[in-house]
Amino acid sequence: MIDHLPYVLAAWLLLVGLYGVATSRHFVHLVVSLSIAQASTYVLLLEVGYVQGGSAPIFKDVPSATRVVDPVVQALVLTDLVISVAVSGLLLAFIVQSHKRTNTTDPTAPQPLAG
Amino acid sequence: MTAAVQTLVMLSVAVFATVVVLTRDPLHQIIALTPFSISLILLFTVLQAPDVVLSAVVVGMLAWPVMVLLALGKLRRNEVDP
Amino acid sequence: MNARARRGVFLVGAVGVFGYLMWGVAGLNGFGHHTQTALRYANGVVAAASPLRHASNAVTTVVMDVRGVDTAGEELLLLAAIVGMLMVLRKADDEEIVPARLEAPDRVGTGRSRATSVVAVSVAAAVGVLGLYIVAHGQLTPGGGFQGGVVLAAPSILLLIGARHETFERFHYGLAWEIVQAIAVTAFLGVGVAGLIEGRGFLANIVGPGSLGTVYSAGTIALLNVIAGPAVATAVVLAALQIYHQMIEIRRER
Repeated sequence: MIDHLPYVLAAWLLLVGLYGVATSRHFVHLVVSLSIAQASTYVLLLEVGYVQGGSAPIFKDVPSATRVVDPVVQALVLTDLVISVAVSGLLLAFIVQSHKRTNTTDPTAPQPLAG
Repeated sequence: MTAAVQTLVMLSVAVFATVVVLTRDPLHQIIALTPFSISLILLFTVLQAPDVVLSAVVVGMLAWPVMVLLALGKLRRNEVDP
Repeated sequence: MNARARRGVFLVGAVGVFGYLMWGVAGLNGFGHHTQTALRYANGVVAAASPLRHASNAVTTVVMDVRGVDTAGEELLLLAAIVGMLMVLRKADDEEIVPARLEAPDRVGTGRSRATSVVAVSVAAAVGVLGLYIVAHGQLTPGGGFQGGVVLAAPSILLLIGARHETFERFHYGLAWEIVQAIAVTAFLGVGVAGLIEGRGFLANIVGPGSLGTVYSAGTIALLNVIAGPAVATAVVLAALQIYHQMIEIRRER
C-alpha cells in the first residue's frame, strides 16, 4: 500500500485543480486551476514510468544495458507540456474576447445567450 | 535517501498546487505559480526525466506566467479604456 | 446556484471520483517496481535507440522516430492552437489598431524595474544560443526539437519582459514568425512523406544512422529535431505575441 502513495499526489492535483475550476470567480483563475489539474497527468505518467534505482534514459557515456526509467512516458509528457501552453493561450484569447462583449470575467455571472 | 527526497518534493508539489488554487486573485496567483512550477520541476528531476525538465523550465517559469500576465493586462485595459 | 451549494455538490462528487481513482491506483504496480511485462515496450525502445538508431537519447528517439506519428499530430495541434488564437484575436469591425509608438509614452514600456530589464535583456542572447545547442544535440544529450524549441522561444519572451516596445517589435514585426511556423510544419510533414515515397512508411528513418555519439548521428531524428525546434519556438512566441498585440495595439473604436 505504501508503494501506491505517490499516485495519490496525481489524484490530489486533479481534484484540487477541478475544485478551483468549480468554485472559480474569475476566468483567468479558472484557466490557471485547469493547468494545475493538467499537471496531474504529467505526474501520473512519470510516476508510472519510474523504475527504482533507474537512471535517466540517456546512453551517452553509459552502456545501453543500464537500468533506466521508461522513456515512452517522458516523451508523452514533454510534448504535452508544450502543447498545453498553446492551448491555454487559446483559452486566454477566448477570455479576452468574451470580456469585451460581456464586460465580466466572472464565470458565475449570468451570460447573455445571443451575441 | 532517494525515497526521502522524493517524498519531500511530492509533498511540496501538493502544498503549492493547493496554494495556487486557493489564491483567488489572478494577479497574486501568478506569483503563487512560481513555487509550484519550481517544485514540479524538482519532481521531474528526481523522477529522472531531464528532457521533461527542459520543457518545464521555460513553460512553467517564463512562457505561461507571462501569457497570463499579458491577458490580465488586456483585461485591465478593457476596463480602463472601454 | 449559489457558491455554497456549488461547493457542496463539487465536494460530494470529488469524494466519489477520489474513491474511483484510488480503486484504479490500487491496480497499478507499486511506485518504482515493475514486472518485465509492464516494461516490455520501454525495453524495446531502449534496445532500438542506441544500437539500431545510433541515438543515445532514448526519449528523443521515441518522440521523433518510434512514435513520430504522434509528434506529427502534436505539431498540427500546435498549429491549430496558433491559428485559433490568430482568428479569435483578430481585429473586430468595431475596433481599431493604434500603433503603440503614437500613444502616450507612459503607456508603453514603463512600470517595470530597471533590474528586470537588465537581467532579462542581458541573458536573452545566451538563452538563444543554449536553445540552438539543445536542438542540435537532441539525439545525444537531454534535449531535442520540442525541448530546445521552447528554450528558443525564451529570448523573445525575455525581450517582451525586459526590452522597450520598439526594441521588441524590431524582432517581431510582420509575418516572419508565421512564415517560419508554416515552413517548419510543412517540412516536418515533408520528411514524413519522404519516408512513404521511399516505401517504408510515414516518418520512417530514411537517413542512415551515422556514427554513434556525433552530431551527425541518428538520421531523421537529428533532422526532425532541427525542423521541430523552429516550429515549436515560433508557436510559443506567436501565442504570447497575439495577446501582447491585443493588449498594446487594439482599441475599441471611438
